[in-house]
Amino acid sequence: MSCCGPDPGYEEIDEVSRLVAAKLAAFLGTLRDSGFAVGLQEGRDAATLMAAGYAERPGLLRVAFKHLFSARKTDWDRFDGLFDAFWLGKRVRSRSLTIGSAKAANSPSLKSLQDRKSEPAAGAAATDQIPSDDNGAPEHRAGEGRMEGASRAENLSEIDFRKMADPDQIEQAHEVAARLARTMRTRLTRRDLARRRGYRLDLRRTIHGNISHGGVPITLVRRQRKQKPLRLVMLLDASGSMSMYTGVFLRFIHGVLDEFREAEAFLFHTRLAHVSDAMKEKDPARALDRLSIMAQGAGGGTRIGESLQTFNRWHAARVLHSRSCVMIVSDGYETGDARLLGREMAALAKRCRRIVWLNPMMAWEGYAPEAAGIKAALPHIDLYAPANTLRSLTELEPYLAKL
Amino acid sequence: MNNREEIAKALADCGYIADGELATAISLMQLLRRPLLLEGEAGVGKTEVAKALAAVHSTELIRLQCYEGLDQSAALYEWNYQRQLLSIQAHRGEDADAIEDQIFSEKYLLERPLLAAIRRDKPPVLLIDEIDRADDEFEAFLLELLSDFQVSIPELGTISATTIPHVVLTSNGTRELSDALRRRCLYHYVDYPDVDREARIIMARIDGATASLSLQIARMVEGIRKEELRKVPGVAETLDWAAALVGIGVRDLLEAPETVHETLMCLLKTHEDKSRLTREVTERILGKVA
Repeated sequence: MSCCGPDPGYEEIDEVSRLVAAKLAAFLGTLRDSGFAVGLQEGRDAATLMAAGYAERPGLLRVAFKHLFSARKTDWDRFDGLFDAFWLGKRVRSRSLTIGSAKAANSPSLKSLQDRKSEPAAGAAATDQIPSDDNGAPEHRAGEGRMEGASRAENLSEIDFRKMADPDQIEQAHEVAARLARTMRTRLTRRDLARRRGYRLDLRRTIHGNISHGGVPITLVRRQRKQKPLRLVMLLDASGSMSMYTGVFLRFIHGVLDEFREAEAFLFHTRLAHVSDAMKEKDPARALDRLSIMAQGAGGGTRIGESLQTFNRWHAARVLHSRSCVMIVSDGYETGDARLLGREMAALAKRCRRIVWLNPMMAWEGYAPEAAGIKAALPHIDLYAPANTLRSLTELEPYLAKL
Repeated sequence: MNNREEIAKALADCGYIADGELATAISLMQLLRRPLLLEGEAGVGKTEVAKALAAVHSTELIRLQCYEGLDQSAALYEWNYQRQLLSIQAHRGEDADAIEDQIFSEKYLLERPLLAAIRRDKPPVLLIDEIDRADDEFEAFLLELLSDFQVSIPELGTISATTIPHVVLTSNGTRELSDALRRRCLYHYVDYPDVDREARIIMARIDGATASLSLQIARMVEGIRKEELRKVPGVAETLDWAAALVGIGVRDLLEAPETVHETLMCLLKTHEDKSRLTREVTERILGKVA
């Protein structure tokens, strides 16, 4: 892109420079709405830049601001559009600014989910909405005994997610999914710690630690090999055919991202979206809010193959290492090319340690892996399991622990 | 030196062909006194930026290579324990306070890159390479150092920076960096250079590469990058390849398609990529070069 060519918006910028402070503040607001992390310091620096003569050359100012305000590649890529829209009044807004406006309408699954989450937020007190924050204690009503609470969860664990209609029940299932993610994390770590044992002397630290003994090595310091934690990468199908299940899995992913030190999440339908950042929001309702914004263009089939291709091409190198487990949650109804899916699965299998494919439909009566997509993918999958109930999710845990 | 044209020219004189945006970033670095965070694929020349910057300022380049488990003692300072112990043994029986003063003096302090960078007379370029490989904790520590530019050593007191170094951080994106660190820095995404710039890079770096050959090589590499490869060749690979071709004595790629195909090993680093770029594919790309 040209960075200092004669720009049509030159006069506009000149005019704006009289109102610099207000306009700049508004621009920072726009950036913040679009997910940029800009604070007071950045604002001050921006003012410095404008005072230093950058304001007279819009092209240059854009490049300068771009360096100042961007913090990652995604920011970097869409900054120019935002800048032009704001300062030069070009009509790029529709593309770049929709990020700030909730367009959940075209994503049925996410919308219904969001409504369900946000309504109690408006009506009930905040404690009802985020029980997960205080370890789930208060939501058991005072009258109920502990046993009863447990048995109710037990019941729930057998019900197919799709058959849960009662909002309370769904809410509870979400709770359990979040809790499940948490326990998975702690068990995996404990196992990790028990195995840690130094196998080699660290001479340097031993000498350091024994200076108080005049250098006589009384306490020994051992060197430990660092245990790398398992990395879980989740790819969730958010297409229409999966809408019954997305809610629970999103909640599960939210819990996992929160608790695992190394986890990444992606959402796909006709294209792939990296959602780890949005999901790291502490409050699940807000996380879903942000997600629905990202899931524009959902509905209209599932292109698993293409999404995987995008993943392999752009994300895999960064996200996967040899101790990664890829968890794909999808029904395998591929509307694109099934051969492409097979090819991409093969590429993916080479990159990671295990591929787990969770298919909620698998437990349906009379289900057989007939869909072309799942047929193509099956040879590359290490574990193909149903995940339509909470119990089946729990059963995955020992498998993950073995990695 | 604040002018971007001047900076671009100075960089070019040192053999680094920068795009306009990078020159702006470097002038901003000086204006705002912020570190510069460079992200991009492996092999696009992130580390080279720091080297060129050091050459431009004709100052020292201090490099801290990050890795998992990097800690304060490897990055900032460490006491020379062995020497301290020897000293204690040698002065046994003397006044304890005197010994203590002695063994916790500058003489027994081992300077590591971060401490070295703030104690130079002339501001050096501090390159913190592959920051994404270090742990979160180290990142937090670094953040503190980058905002205050002072270090407190319990036994010795606080050491303030004599000069503020030019800090360049690079990241390959193996781990997501914290927002706090990102905010602290100016951000620049280093992309693969376009054909024109890559050709100029080849000419600047490889002796004996003519303008026409460089352009051909750059176009060829651009074509190869568009293929679906597992490991896309970076600028470093391009330079290797150019050096190989010049060394063999190729003057025109079109005249030596065989050599071109056989030397592709400089660019393609996995078996899969090598088998994907068959002779036919090479010829097809070569056809577009002309």
